Amino acid sequence: MSEESSIKKFMFVNRKPPHGTIYALESLEVVLITAAFDQDVSLVFLDDGVFQLRKGQQTKGIETKNFSPTYRALDGYDIEKLYVEKESLDARGLTEDDLLVDVMVLDRKALGALMDEQDVVLSF
Amino acid sequence: MKFGIVVNEGPYQHQASDSAYLFCKAVLEKGHEIFRVFFYHDGVNNASRLTEPPQDDRNIVARWSKLAEDHGVDLVVCVAAALRRGIKEENLAPGFRISGLGQLVEAGIQADRLVTFGD
Repeated sequence: MSEESSIKKFMFVNRKPPHGTIYALESLEVVLITAAFDQDVSLVFLDDGVFQLRKGQQTKGIETKNFSPTYRALDGYDIEKLYVEKESLDARGLTEDDLLVDVMVLDRKALGALMDEQDVVLSF
Repeated sequence: MKFGIVVNEGPYQHQASDSAYLFCKAVLEKGHEIFRVFFYHDGVNNASRLTEPPQDDRNIVARWSKLAEDHGVDLVVCVAAALRRGIKEENLAPGFRISGLGQLVEAGIQADRLVTFGD
């Protein structure tokens, strides 16, 4: 297999709130490993998944790890393609200013088109 | 076609592991190849040899083991997810092996289709 063909487009779709279940944290672990394999990585946040990027998370009271600072470290792993669904933000009264990293806000239709271009879509 | 399979939910609690197993069987019956089945999140509980369902129910763990034995399917359990949930070499069912998340990424790269079962 040539080097060219071993790079695939991996998209990680995050749909769940950051705490209460472990999906968000374990998704982040796969994202970092995939980047270490020099793949083309992008992340999407939609539905309650948009809360994963919410500024000012405080988890002491629920005795769980606040891993949200990790999202800020993603560009250090050359993960720069972060997309957030506009409809999901709107439905939750959130704007881009409420998020702790720079993202591209796309509407549902545009996101769908982007998913169509991927080789691998993993939804957590 | 070469398939990669991801199982993200535990046995009995969720339909995902039943669906994944039946999908794997169908894939093989149609003459396709399974590159690997990767167990992540609560999916790692599919690999516990301590599972003892009632006699009149399907044995989900044993079914996976038989799939590995009969068809040489590579069943890989994520080490970090497994340790979190108490799955270790000592209680690993036959046919499974414990390895890292790189095995999931490799399945994504090598397979023609990566099919996920879970929420």
